[in-house]
Amino acid sequence: MVKALFKVAWYDSIINMTHWTLSGPRRPQTSTQPIVDFSHPSFLMITTSQIPSSEITPKHIYLSRRKFLRGAGLAASAAALAACGVPAATPPPDPTPTAVSSGEVAPPQTGATTDELGDPLTPYDAVTNYNNYYEFTTDKEGVARLAKDFPTSPWQIEVGGLVNKPGVYDLDDLAKFPQEERIYRLRCVEAWSMVIPWIGFPLAELLKKVEPTSKAKYVRFQAIYDPEKLPGQKTRWYNWPYVEGLRLDEAMHPLTILATGLYGEPMPPQNGAPVRLVVPWKYGFKSIKAVVKIDLVEEQPVSLWMAAAPNEYGFYANVNPDVPHPRWSQRTERRIGELKRRRTLPFNGYAEQVAHLYEGMDLKVYF
Amino acid sequence: MFRFTRFQLAVHAAALAPLVALIWDIALGNLSVNPIQDITFRTGKAAMVLLVAALAVTPLNTVFGFRQGLRVRRALGLYAFFYAAIHLFVYVVVDYGLDFYLIWLELAEKRYVLVGFAAFLVLLLLALTSTRGWQRRLGKTWKKLHRWIYVAAVLVMLHYAWVQKSDIRQPLAFSALLILLLILRIPRIRRTITRLRSRRASKTEDKGPAFSKI
Ligand code: HEM
Repeated sequence: MVKALFKVAWYDSIINMTHWTLSGPRRPQTSTQPIVDFSHPSFLMITTSQIPSSEITPKHIYLSRRKFLRGAGLAASAAALAACGVPAATPPPDPTPTAVSSGEVAPPQTGATTDELGDPLTPYDAVTNYNNYYEFTTDKEGVARLAKDFPTSPWQIEVGGLVNKPGVYDLDDLAKFPQEERIYRLRCVEAWSMVIPWIGFPLAELLKKVEPTSKAKYVRFQAIYDPEKLPGQKTRWYNWPYVEGLRLDEAMHPLTILATGLYGEPMPPQNGAPVRLVVPWKYGFKSIKAVVKIDLVEEQPVSLWMAAAPNEYGFYANVNPDVPHPRWSQRTERRIGELKRRRTLPFNGYAEQVAHLYEGMDLKVYF
Repeated sequence: MFRFTRFQLAVHAAALAPLVALIWDIALGNLSVNPIQDITFRTGKAAMVLLVAALAVTPLNTVFGFRQGLRVRRALGLYAFFYAAIHLFVYVVVDYGLDFYLIWLELAEKRYVLVGFAAFLVLLLLALTSTRGWQRRLGKTWKKLHRWIYVAAVLVMLHYAWVQKSDIRQPLAFSALLILLLILRIPRIRRTITRLRSRRASKTEDKGPAFSKI
């Protein structure tokens, strides 16, 4: 059922796209003016879309979309698709779940329906059933099933290295950090993308607690290693455990979060439960899942993907349409649920917030 | 005119099965949330497997004396081309929405697209000249021309290996199979095998009723 609903969303987007190709103008992406309060650290928690719906979706398409739905006998999912055509002005959209929900499961809650650029959230079902998580399997659709019973509690993160106050944090400790919702675009290096409402807290909060010493230059993250529970780790093809790294200033950036949930729910195991990194301006593989160890270090860590293919995956892995990849187009991407490719934005659309971190660096060299 | 043996029917059914399964899965929404990529993968895989199958026909005859296979060799090659054509169509029309500038950039930049495209051009040429008429018209050249299928197959294996993210065990397995099939075509090896086979065949005949020799 869930799948059927999403399918409707997909075919629906075909209808939408076909209309566009027939009737001219593309969706005006640059002209939309999100009103965002950058002075507040939670400026990405956009709960009110400021874009008139007429700019997002031409009315006839919005209507035909509804007709299509009714025709399909799936009126129940109208709310689900409101994510694409929500009449947005005032008052703020009611907290109708924007994810596709089956009706059997309690619908996930989120306060927002779009990201700050006005793009709709990717349905919950897609977010939780299309995962790159090689510790389970390389089959993106197979992860959810295999991860279903993965035990995520009790759990501990060991934070140490070049810090004054090393410590072990369990789930209760992590829950004490003020949790907030962040609507982020996730851009996979495989040229697909999603918009996901994460729940989490800035990594900086945790790092401040452990007090990095002046020698600390980088942060090294390590994911769980347990081949008994993570069948994918039995293959020797990859150098398990998964390791990732950030420069200290990247790790301290307010956009960088440790996520503990999505769509208002605890993190599903297939998305990296109980706690994962989310760095929205970098390719998805930087956002390591199921973190058990965080170390502050002096030398640049070697990530799993750097070790696997150094010419393809650099340490920085900032989303950059100007740095080609031998396999996937980095100029364009497919937003899950859409038919047409979109242009990929520098730093995944977060250039304004993060470009200064790389001032004076040749990003084609430090890719 | 169209009389098929049971074997031929089975081959046609098997060659069309991936298409039927694909249409079925599209209709029922069984594809992933990234359906275009799924279609690309599945049509590419079918094209590749059928190409290898077409190249297996002659060696199967050499080694096992499987003559029936020869009757489906051309069909297998055409099916391979057919799936490759869908594969390319999906890429150009559905995935890239006929944005030829973007496609050009990809072609110039990505070696896997380049070799895939080259392989497709070869398959196209061979498919166009696969008819009896062209066979007659081209005479000896036809045979030479159709040897390019080996080049196409090697390019496809490169394409297949290069589109993988990291784990190339499957492309390696298919490449190994292809290499084996190509080795079995080397004239000297082929002649040796044929000789061995006919000797063994005559030996088993020797074991016939003793009186027949008298
Ligand atoms: C212009 C010609 C071609 C283009 C543009 C093209 C493009 C592609 C693309 C985009 C992918 C998927 C890559 C990804 O999303 O990661 C792919 C995969 C593939 N293609 Fe092609 N291709 C072409 C020709 C061919 C031909 C002629 C064959 C075989 C006869 C072929 C066989 C395959 C195979 C086997 C795969 C991998 C499927 C898998 O991993 O399961 N391609 N191709």
